[in-house]
Amino acid sequence: MGGLDDLYQEIILDHYRNQRNTGRLDDATVAVDQNNPLCGDEIHLELHIDDGRLTEVAHSGEGCSISQSSASMMSEALAGKTEDEALDLVEHFRLVMHGEQDADEDRLGDAIALEGVAKYPVRIKCALLSWMAAKDAILTHRSGDQTGG
Amino acid sequence: MSTAAPLDVAVVKRDFPVLGRSVHGRPLVYLDSAATSQKPASVLDAMDAYYRETNANVHRGVYEMAADATERFEAGRTAVARLVGAPREGTIFTKNATEAINLVAWAWGARNLSSGDEIVVTQMEHHSNIVPWQLVAEMTGARVRFAPVTPDGELDMDGLRALIGSATRMVAVVHVSNVLGTINPVPEVARMAREVGALCLADGSQSVPHMPVDFDELDVDFLAFTGHKMLGPTGIGVLVGRPAILDEMEPFLGGGEMISDVREDGSTWNDLPWKFEAGTPPIAEAVGLGAAVEYLEGFGMDAVRAHEREMARTLLDGLAEVPGLVVHGPTDPDRRGAAVSFSLPDVHPHDLAQHLDQDGVAVRAGHHCAKPLMRVLKVPATSRASAYLYNDARDVEVLVAALGRARSYFAT
Repeated sequence: MGGLDDLYQEIILDHYRNQRNTGRLDDATVAVDQNNPLCGDEIHLELHIDDGRLTEVAHSGEGCSISQSSASMMSEALAGKTEDEALDLVEHFRLVMHGEQDADEDRLGDAIALEGVAKYPVRIKCALLSWMAAKDAILTHRSGDQTGG
Repeated sequence: MSTAAPLDVAVVKRDFPVLGRSVHGRPLVYLDSAATSQKPASVLDAMDAYYRETNANVHRGVYEMAADATERFEAGRTAVARLVGAPREGTIFTKNATEAINLVAWAWGARNLSSGDEIVVTQMEHHSNIVPWQLVAEMTGARVRFAPVTPDGELDMDGLRALIGSATRMVAVVHVSNVLGTINPVPEVARMAREVGALCLADGSQSVPHMPVDFDELDVDFLAFTGHKMLGPTGIGVLVGRPAILDEMEPFLGGGEMISDVREDGSTWNDLPWKFEAGTPPIAEAVGLGAAVEYLEGFGMDAVRAHEREMARTLLDGLAEVPGLVVHGPTDPDRRGAAVSFSLPDVHPHDLAQHLDQDGVAVRAGHHCAKPLMRVLKVPATSRASAYLYNDARDVEVLVAALGRARSYFAT
């Protein structure tokens, strides 16, 4: 099972079983829904943005261990970041998933564990779903809307 | 049921070169034939021989090689027509089953439907038997209605009967569900359609490869199926239609081959079935599909069905050993095919399929192009193991053992 353990590192299974920052916010600034039409994974993401900074991130939805743990890790990685920092980090994560950039552990936090997903092309979309939702939420917020997706 | 000789699966397996490979160091256990079947050497050889010996365009050249190519291509049609008891002139080659249904939706539906008309499908259709009708409905003002599925995964015949009425123009129903495995009573559905003057189309993608199917016994107006799920190559599908109806229809795609004459002020159409085969057809694919039909006929479809009934039973019994596992669809092997969908609590189908892959087991995870049905089942996705004539009880043993390991791996 060497190959599988590279994909499903213990930290991923931990984020899957004990997801961080789930649920809904009382005072979300922006909320988006995204889904992966290939597998039916769904995410509902809410951000509270205060003075250009993501003060709270909350996610809910259904999906595989990769998409769910990634959402949990994303919520930790992006909380506290400015909009621009968050968008940069989403882009970094996207490039890591596509094998186009080396992962920066300092920036990604636990999400560094998802690096191995890059070797499983069909699972990259699972890992990216919540991060793309975050990007969508920030851009939606910037465009002046409250909901997107 | 059948007096056909039982399949010797050990021998059958040897006919399929790919089944000899390993995956992640384990022997391949291929249980995804509802997505696509593997190909016997005789199919690969027939296609290879066509290209090596007599590649030429069909219905055109006067030279010997072109005549040979045409003969092999049309022999493929003859074999397919014979398999399903269809008239040759009503046996049209398409790209796949999806295109076959689109052909009917556009060449018949777009010209015959109007506001107020209804198309009845079921909640267990593949997207290929939903979306073409939705597109045509949007254009014509017709409406698509969905017959319900019972909680145990059968077509709700009373619900269907309630939907079929004077506004119904087409009833399009899957013969065997690619998710639930349910065998639907198509002749009864066709009779209900005829009583109100509607046409009936059956999607035979999961039935024609696996059981005896006779176009006249089904009593439908159209039957769609695909080559790659019945041991043939990708890139070729089949629409069988009643010639009298096909004659009345205008072409679907226009171009070469499908014309009788082309003038500046208009064109006239070729005879059936070529009227519906615009452009150079999938020639090598038709040759391969013909070889696939001959391979199946070597066993007889009764024997294939008898084997798959046993495989359905073996799968259901094996899956029942996995604690917590839920099977979606009929539990009686007589009422179902050997494609079995299931859910395992706390293990997402994608994770499950990934884990099984490590054990060399190929199953499908996802919505199986049947999202309306996923909503009825109240699941985002399912896992599906689907057997064919080259699977045996040993394959199911490997699956069940691997399911147990996956369950422990992801258990919270």
